[in-house]
Amino acid sequence: MTTALERQLHDCRETWAATLTDLARNDRDIVAVVNDSVGSSKLNAFQTEFSDRVINVGIAEQDMVGVGAGLANGGKIPFVSAAACFLTARALEQIKVDAAYSESNIKLIGQSPGMAYGELGPTHHSIEDLAWLRAIPGLTVIVPADRRETAEVIRWAAEHPGPVFVRVSRMPVPDVMPEDYRFVPGHAVTLRDGRDVTIAATGTVVSRALEAAELAGAEGIDVRVLAVPTIKPFDNDAIVRAARETAGIVTLEEASVVGGLGGVVAETVVRRHPAPVRILGVPDEFAPTGSASWLLDHYGVNATEALRACRELVATE
Amino acid sequence: MTGVQTKAGTDEAFPLFGRIGADAGREAVLAHLAEAARTVRRRDIQVVHDAGQGHIGGEFSVIDLLVTLYMHVMNVSPELLDAPERDRLILSKGHAAAALYTVLAARGYIGRDELKTFVQPLSRLNGHPARTKIDAVEASTGPLGHGLPIAVGTAVAAKLDRSERRTFVILGDGELQEGSNWEAFMTAGNQRLDRLVAVVDRNRLQQGADVAQTNDLEPLADKLRAFGWDVHEVDGHDHGALIDTFAGVPALSGRPTFVIAHTDKGYPVSYMRDQVSWHHKVPTAEHVRIALDELGNQ
Repeated sequence: MTTALERQLHDCRETWAATLTDLARNDRDIVAVVNDSVGSSKLNAFQTEFSDRVINVGIAEQDMVGVGAGLANGGKIPFVSAAACFLTARALEQIKVDAAYSESNIKLIGQSPGMAYGELGPTHHSIEDLAWLRAIPGLTVIVPADRRETAEVIRWAAEHPGPVFVRVSRMPVPDVMPEDYRFVPGHAVTLRDGRDVTIAATGTVVSRALEAAELAGAEGIDVRVLAVPTIKPFDNDAIVRAARETAGIVTLEEASVVGGLGGVVAETVVRRHPAPVRILGVPDEFAPTGSASWLLDHYGVNATEALRACRELVATE
Repeated sequence: MTGVQTKAGTDEAFPLFGRIGADAGREAVLAHLAEAARTVRRRDIQVVHDAGQGHIGGEFSVIDLLVTLYMHVMNVSPELLDAPERDRLILSKGHAAAALYTVLAARGYIGRDELKTFVQPLSRLNGHPARTKIDAVEASTGPLGHGLPIAVGTAVAAKLDRSERRTFVILGDGELQEGSNWEAFMTAGNQRLDRLVAVVDRNRLQQGADVAQTNDLEPLADKLRAFGWDVHEVDGHDHGALIDTFAGVPALSGRPTFVIAHTDKGYPVSYMRDQVSWHHKVPTAEHVRIALDELGNQ
């Protein structure tokens, strides 16, 4: 059996940069704002082609987001691109006030989120970003699952007038979205229908959810897989349907178990249709040393643990 | 009460003040600005008294700057709200919101009667200015250290468009303790934003104490010169001196302008002037009466 993870893997940063460059050729208002992050954002080619449209403020994240808001005030469409850990933690008040409260037309691109910086340690992990950002009114929070969805989301963000946060994955991932996929904000995507139990996954680990569903199928468990690109606004209806129609919901994310996809799913079912939920993600602790993939396996953010959770939910129905 | 009616918007005439150009002659410009500043102060203290909230000391120190910019220096008007070429002003010391609202009302951006709603439920006149609530507000401020980076971005956008528009940002001096300003000072110098003007309302007092006793800024002018800025010092209550300073911008190609406007907290009211306790103290009816008397009842 060929599992999802055995397929060809892609770095979504390449897709983000190519998409932005393509957009910039047709819209002179698109600019990039970076904190010495041209290389880590894969924007070298963009910088070569549009040297005056890269505003590099240096290692200064609060300034970076404020400058982005000012560029938006001046009619530009700024894509503020920086490592997710620094962008969201150092500039959280600027994201709240200058971007969201101000309804600025600013795009915040969190590069290498989650556990992507593995061995560099918890200082560089960005697992709290979803909890922090989804508590901010008016900010759209998106976690693409693969290169196709990354391209779709970047194109949508350029057109959408308002503040948007997008995670762009560094950890290579296989293609999981359908070839004819079109991103619709606030909509979950049913990648695989199923009657017994649901896995809702977001971002890099959607492929792991599909792998778990394949393994479960071999055991006679029919798993529904929902890809959830938009953490906010959230597709409550898709989750309520899953709560009604299946034994429960397993959530899977490259983020803290506090307040991310698992949190919003739990809030939704509690409010609208109480159902069992198993939240798989990075536990509420600072991670030990290890690579990104090792850490995700160490914490059970993988197909094996998702399968185990599915079995439990089906057994306790 | 001593006959002072303190419901803002109902007690006295509050005329509109248009933008007066240099072609009117210097004396006429100065007279216009002096009357506007006097009128704005009279109304502002009533607004703060009635609301029971505000930051009257820092409002009185910044009013001459706001009036000079909105009534004379800047290419702005209520008819040009969305014009891309309008000049920009960002009040980074957003706690002086009531002063800004009063100037905007005097200039015709918002209704003069609306000042009565300051900080009332559902009012657009929030305790700190919000750009989503009032079109003339270019940036939502309140937390300190936000305005300058936004102004830098606005100035970069103008430079990319080869626009002649200028960006002004008014900062408190205590606010300069926020590190984000120093990030932005570096960026502006390196980006050579010579159509950016940062004005510091140098009233020497922050919320709890003297700035110098808290986390001293000096030598401020030397610091900004070292960051690549063209530094000017001026009496922040002298409209003529302010006009001359702003008219000369940009003075040096490639250098952003930093104006240290020496002001007094609470200016010019005797009991408030230079008093740290008047950061956000609310004036009583008697305080209002004295202030109106000192500002001139005519």
